[in-house]
Amino acid sequence: MTAVSDTSELPSVKAETVLSARSRKPANLGQILRWLLLFLGGLLMIAPITYMISTSLKWPHEIYNVNLIPEEPTIENYTYVLEDGRFYLWFVNSIIIAVITTVSNLFFDSLVGYTLCKFRFPGRYIVFIAILSTLMIPTEMLVIPWYMMSQSFGWLDSYWGIMFPGLMTAFGTFLMKQFFESVPDDFLEAARIDGLNEFQIWWKIAMPLVKPALAALAIFVFLGNWTAFLWPLIVTNSVEMYTVPVGLSGFGDEVDVAWELIMTGAAISTLPTLVVFLIFQRFIIRGVVMAGLKG
Amino acid sequence: MAKLSLKKLTKSYGKVEVLHGIDLEVDDGEFVVFVGPSGCGKSTSLRMIAGLEEITSGEIWIGGRKVNDLEPKDRDIAMVFQNYAIYPHMSVRKNIAFGLWNAPLSKAEKAARIEEVARILDMSELLERKPSQLSGGQRQRVAIGRAMVRNPAVFLFDEPLSNLDAQLRTQMRLEIKKLHQQVGNTIIFVTHDQVEAMTLADRIVIMKDGHIQQVGTPEDVFHAPANTFVAQFIGAPSMNMLNVTGAGDEISLSSGIKMQPGRQTQTGQPLLLGVRPDDLSVDDQNPIVTGKVVVREPLGSETLIYVSGPQGEIVAKVPGKSGVKVGDEVKLGATPEALHFFDTETGDALV
Repeated sequence: MTAVSDTSELPSVKAETVLSARSRKPANLGQILRWLLLFLGGLLMIAPITYMISTSLKWPHEIYNVNLIPEEPTIENYTYVLEDGRFYLWFVNSIIIAVITTVSNLFFDSLVGYTLCKFRFPGRYIVFIAILSTLMIPTEMLVIPWYMMSQSFGWLDSYWGIMFPGLMTAFGTFLMKQFFESVPDDFLEAARIDGLNEFQIWWKIAMPLVKPALAALAIFVFLGNWTAFLWPLIVTNSVEMYTVPVGLSGFGDEVDVAWELIMTGAAISTLPTLVVFLIFQRFIIRGVVMAGLKG
Repeated sequence: MAKLSLKKLTKSYGKVEVLHGIDLEVDDGEFVVFVGPSGCGKSTSLRMIAGLEEITSGEIWIGGRKVNDLEPKDRDIAMVFQNYAIYPHMSVRKNIAFGLWNAPLSKAEKAARIEEVARILDMSELLERKPSQLSGGQRQRVAIGRAMVRNPAVFLFDEPLSNLDAQLRTQMRLEIKKLHQQVGNTIIFVTHDQVEAMTLADRIVIMKDGHIQQVGTPEDVFHAPANTFVAQFIGAPSMNMLNVTGAGDEISLSSGIKMQPGRQTQTGQPLLLGVRPDDLSVDDQNPIVTGKVVVREPLGSETLIYVSGPQGEIVAKVPGKSGVKVGDEVKLGATPEALHFFDTETGDALV
């Protein structure tokens, strides 16, 4: 009832908006279907996150109840996880690995992508195909040679061991090469006449023009490494070298998995991914490249 | 400022030769325009001078230095691109400053140069703007500024006006001409627009299929074209071409009209007679062609009339107030000095 009386007191402008919204022609079946599909998609996305947060607020005895709202909500799990010194260690490990890997990918993927895109040299196509073909080999198959390599180089249980397979990716190289195709050669030639060397042209002219692609790649790579589980699990032995996903999986004892603690750790560990996304998404603005050309 | 020489310059892509030995001497401070239809090799020549395309054979000399193996930055040139190529992520000031990337100048000297160029190009108030906040003409000016600030021996312009609308193009054309008179550097300017070529150039280089057809002042190429290609490429509308047969001091047209061109011809020799629409006058005593006006295109001060007769269709430019109507029978003639004769087979002008 209060809501109705509120509406009647709305200023006239808002009342008009309400009216115009009402007088729009009714949605057709296609639109309703589209909304329904979007709604279902949204539900699918949000459900696990909601369940994760819900579980993180439950006592151990309640975790197998599927109710969304805990009967006796508690922040005890958060206190436990944050007071457990190991979590900080894993968090720092994960941050170091994800940040270094992201920076390395942004640098090397775009350098190789640029070279493959803008330079004509014999074997260019073969190199590109060779890089692309590695996309078809699943990680599960690669971990064995990676492990053997790490072992013989003495990289087991070290940052370098965790990071080295992902410092450059075929996907990132492909993505950057495709984006550099949209950078007109005239910019590079103008810079060549202005006196920049090839590295400066890449860094000062080409890179700023593909910022949206770099932002997208940064988000992909960071998320991929932040959530990586299999390889860090295999290559690390000591608890101090664990990353967050590996560490979390070990909560509990041999008999019981402490789901409430795992979910709590997972909930905390989504925060950096949110931060990364918020930082980089603003660079994903299209149309930057064309601004210096004919208008 | 410097001389530019091209010596037997060729360019091949694989087995296909696209430039077949270009020889050209450009004087210090000269404004030379390369003009020709697309694919004639004009842009390729320019890019070879800039160092953006490799030279297959031949030599390029700038200011007494052979520059074949020099990097673009070391050739003492600056280039303005067709689509401006000003860096979208930098302000106008930074864009112009990039032209001084390698200049051995102090920060203050560089800043002074940028201000100076901005003043000449009348864009001092635009220096802090980004390219996206500029109009097409202003972007073009920034591109010219970036070239100017280097004070190069040779300016290279690659169809810089073709992306501007008609009015702005005329305005920028004038500005470029004034700029040249002001700074006096050697300029090589590429265009496919013959009006641009005629209005800007000290000398025009007309190219076709990788060969130079003629090099000369705008007056030379207009009044004394070296061949039928030049005759028809320069001037709008194109020069009319008629098949005639020589007969001593007379020639006979396919329509049966005979006339005295004021020169000797071999009897029975087939020739091409060229006459510009501007040189034709209506109701001439000694007409070259007679026929009916089929189309009339009023341009204001002048009117183009298309006359159809036994010799085919030819176009004439008559005064705007002449009152010629569609369907009128007209006799078109020209003075002997206005007639051009060409070899039917080679297309070369007969002197």
